[in-house]
Amino acid sequence: MTVDSDHELEAQIAEWRAYMHRRQELRHADADELEDHLRNRITELTQAGLQSDEAFLIAVKRMGSLDELSREFAREHSERLWKQLVLPGEPDASTTARSRRELPIMMLCATIAALAIKVPSLFGLDISADDSGFYSRNLSLFTLPALAAYFAWQRRVSSRTIGVLALLFILGAVAANAYPLADDSQTIVLTAIHLPLALWLVVGVAYLGGDWRSDRRRMDFIRFTGEWLIYFCLVALGGGVLMAFTVGTFHAIGLDAEGFVQSWLLPCGAMAAVVVSAWLVEAKQSVIENMAPVLTRVFTPLFTATLSAFLVAIIWTNNGIDVERDALILFDLLLVVVLGLLLYAISARDLAARPGLFDRLQLALVVSALIIDAMVLMAITGRITEWGFSPNKTAALGENVILLTNLAWSAWLFLGFVRGRMPFAGLEHWQTRYLIVYAGWAWTVVLVFPLAFSFA
Amino acid sequence: MHITKDLVAASATPLVLGILAEGESYGYAILKQVNELSSGQLEWTDGLLYPLLHRLERLGHVESTWETPPGGRRRKYYRITDQGRAELAEQRRQWAAVVDTLRGVWGTARSVKPIMTPAWEAGR
Repeated sequence: MTVDSDHELEAQIAEWRAYMHRRQELRHADADELEDHLRNRITELTQAGLQSDEAFLIAVKRMGSLDELSREFAREHSERLWKQLVLPGEPDASTTARSRRELPIMMLCATIAALAIKVPSLFGLDISADDSGFYSRNLSLFTLPALAAYFAWQRRVSSRTIGVLALLFILGAVAANAYPLADDSQTIVLTAIHLPLALWLVVGVAYLGGDWRSDRRRMDFIRFTGEWLIYFCLVALGGGVLMAFTVGTFHAIGLDAEGFVQSWLLPCGAMAAVVVSAWLVEAKQSVIENMAPVLTRVFTPLFTATLSAFLVAIIWTNNGIDVERDALILFDLLLVVVLGLLLYAISARDLAARPGLFDRLQLALVVSALIIDAMVLMAITGRITEWGFSPNKTAALGENVILLTNLAWSAWLFLGFVRGRMPFAGLEHWQTRYLIVYAGWAWTVVLVFPLAFSFA
Repeated sequence: MHITKDLVAASATPLVLGILAEGESYGYAILKQVNELSSGQLEWTDGLLYPLLHRLERLGHVESTWETPPGGRRRKYYRITDQGRAELAEQRRQWAAVVDTLRGVWGTARSVKPIMTPAWEAGR
């Protein structure tokens, strides 16, 4: 056998292995075992006088067709068709010391978050009594710093970024507590809603490892947010079951666990769940398909149908939209949902793919949401002078304008894409850039609104 | 002579366990031994031996270790367990019963005289 044919044989075997790797039924170790077999067979055949490429062909043929082989492997290892999250624990040469420490560090951060919410009660602030205003303002400040710390550790961010993160969290804490906000004021509600949003985007800076200027990385953060929300809901469901059983079983032996559940299990569990869900998303990232895009696929047609039906109903009945107090918030939320559907469709899209039916459906959804919202805005501007500018209405109106602007420009870019005039990347670029606007607005509501409306 | 797929499949487990009862071995060597013992009449698709070995391992009849000879590639060796030996004994009993029965049937039906090729298959 010459060196040349040896080379060729190695290349052929490597190619064969690459082919096997594409089957998820076949693990790395299985491929090793089969390769060993293949090499033995080839050696035997070449010793019998065959050329190495002939020997290779016969050996592969005798191995059996890959389809048949992977079917047999699948029958024996059916669990491999279900991608599993393997908790770190089985020692593997490829896991570094750092990734082994990942789980303990996450637990530490989750514990800190869980304990942080109990710290104020040491100073006599009771979570269930009349201090609920304090807790609703500060809720995000107990857990999000711990989450940011986890990401800061995991991404090894620079000390400058850590400084910026710390400053922003302190700024949030000051804004939530320095203003004299009465418990029944509108601004305290606005702070309670907007501070978590502002701080979540700060967590985003930690998530991106300080590299927040990169568009692609920002899209990662959007993906992360969607998955995190789903995992958080799942963990919350499990937590609800746990709490129900805790109360129920202790009740059966005549003990009242409700107090414990309300002042310990629920608050501490919720705080820790924020960190645990984030870790789950990170751990599952490459193991399991993203859920948010799947839900998007399911609900985009349904929402499009609903909104179109709503439009038709307005035109048919000639009913104007009844602009009640809550109507604006309802339509804000509608825009948020539409934007979410758009974002998570973008997040999973192959940027190079050509426009298809789903894209047209998406465009129809965005356009119908725009038309509906334009009607709502027109109805409101007529009556805004009657109401005057209260903090709530200003915030709701501001959000509406921000979301409307985003969707209007998205619709324009989308139209260009569907007609084949613009690349899809433009839409992604626009959405990731727009995160800055959300951050700016959330911080404005938290920092400026109380002052501008004299703590009303 | 060609042995049908069903028979090959049915005899695979006792064959593999029987070979491993002689001492630990690896996939290729097992296959070669089957080939020699049957004088090439039992034909297995090479690759399908491995899912079978994995199944026996999952059931606890055999256990495996990766061994790397100095300067060589790593190779997975299989060894029979006590449970595997018990299984082998059980399979031997079952096969003996089947073979006895067949012998009995063919012994009494000797008058039929062997393997007369039916007329409709004569042309094949």
